[in-house]
Amino acid sequence: MAEKVKNSEVLLNPLSRNNPVVVQILGICSVLAVTAKLEPAIVMGISVIAVLAFANVIISLLRNTIPTNIRIIVQLVVVAGLVVIVDQVLKAYAYDASKQLSVFIGLIITNCILMGRLEAFAMANKPWPSFLDGVGNGLGYAIILVIVGFFRELLGSGTLLGYQVVPQSFYDAGYVNNGLMILPPMALIVVACIIWVQRSYNKDLQEP
Amino acid sequence: MNKQSNTYTLIYIIVLVIVVGTALAWTALSLKPRQQENVAADKMSQILAAARITPDKTEVVADFNKYITSSFVIDEKGDKVEGEEAFGVDVATESKVATSRRLLPVYVCTLADGSRKYILPVYGAGLWGPIWGYVAVDGDGSTIYGAYFAHQGETPGLGAEIEKPAFSDQFEGRHLFKEGKFQPIEVVKKGMVPTDGADYVDGISGGTITSKGVGAMLDNCLTPYKKFLRSLAEGENSDLK
Repeated sequence: MAEKVKNSEVLLNPLSRNNPVVVQILGICSVLAVTAKLEPAIVMGISVIAVLAFANVIISLLRNTIPTNIRIIVQLVVVAGLVVIVDQVLKAYAYDASKQLSVFIGLIITNCILMGRLEAFAMANKPWPSFLDGVGNGLGYAIILVIVGFFRELLGSGTLLGYQVVPQSFYDAGYVNNGLMILPPMALIVVACIIWVQRSYNKDLQEP
Repeated sequence: MNKQSNTYTLIYIIVLVIVVGTALAWTALSLKPRQQENVAADKMSQILAAARITPDKTEVVADFNKYITSSFVIDEKGDKVEGEEAFGVDVATESKVATSRRLLPVYVCTLADGSRKYILPVYGAGLWGPIWGYVAVDGDGSTIYGAYFAHQGETPGLGAEIEKPAFSDQFEGRHLFKEGKFQPIEVVKKGMVPTDGADYVDGISGGTITSKGVGAMLDNCLTPYKKFLRSLAEGENSDLK
């Protein structure tokens, strides 16, 4: 990044205008997997924010010492270490969520957003902007996860965070939960709807 | 100092790996007791689920101690094996050894009305990975009071449906002994009936392999209990009750 970017932009841009999921289309695979319910989506979002922010800071601190030949390996070691720590902490303090997320926490290591941010931002910037960049991109990812999880749980199970929100009278009147929302394809369709809405508001994101 | 030299690169990566490794080892060690507690509490709530008890998350251990009044390990002949803790038996490995040498845990659950249910663990293979569960049997040694199944990675919406009550509730009231013969419950395609007269439940459409896995798991893991269950039915062996 040659041009000087303001810290606030570093933090806020990834939320919408440069969102890692709906604009850069990165990290789609985990959106599919963990959003059938809202709670795992939130836990996954927080985990990615934590891993991304700390990995960005650590890589940024090390950026002048890392030998170029092995920079990707160094990034992977740092990310993998952080992910395993998050996984262990979840197993100790949020066992149910960690059971639901199972392998997907481990798969944060291969989340394209992480490698993308480390390589594109942290390797060239100071620790504080890198931290903001990590938090911003993590939040951008988490927001999409929560939106998708919200709709999938509401329409697929009639609950939110496990609490029944669709009243029983609806079911008595013949309302049925949409079982398709629970299945992975609907995650992509919901993401596509978000992209559609976002691009119709931000005209400059539209591709000709 | 030349940061691109081989020596620098080598030393750099060695130091990095040692630092990260130490951090991981420290985290794993310091969190281990809590994780083991969680795993044990999870197992307890699964055992209770078979007896149709769903405790509050915070009260799993208390409820387990309240309802599970005793637990013991038996062998295929129905005799108690001394010096073995039922909760510590690894059903996954036991399900693979020959029935004659198998350790068979039994959890005795005493409900509020004083009736006793015998909870037996089962373990088998689904389509993608292991499946396991607990089956609660009435004091008559034949009627199934409740069942709980879980899986590691069956297909959501298909094989994974075995963990839903819609599937496991079918087992309630089925009999392990039919006309004096021991026949574990079979899982069959909807509308079909087993030819040998065994009691059966409907499998899951689209989850055929997982359904068959449940049937095979019940067959493999409940058959060794045959003598024990028969002795329950006949009311003898009162020290095991």
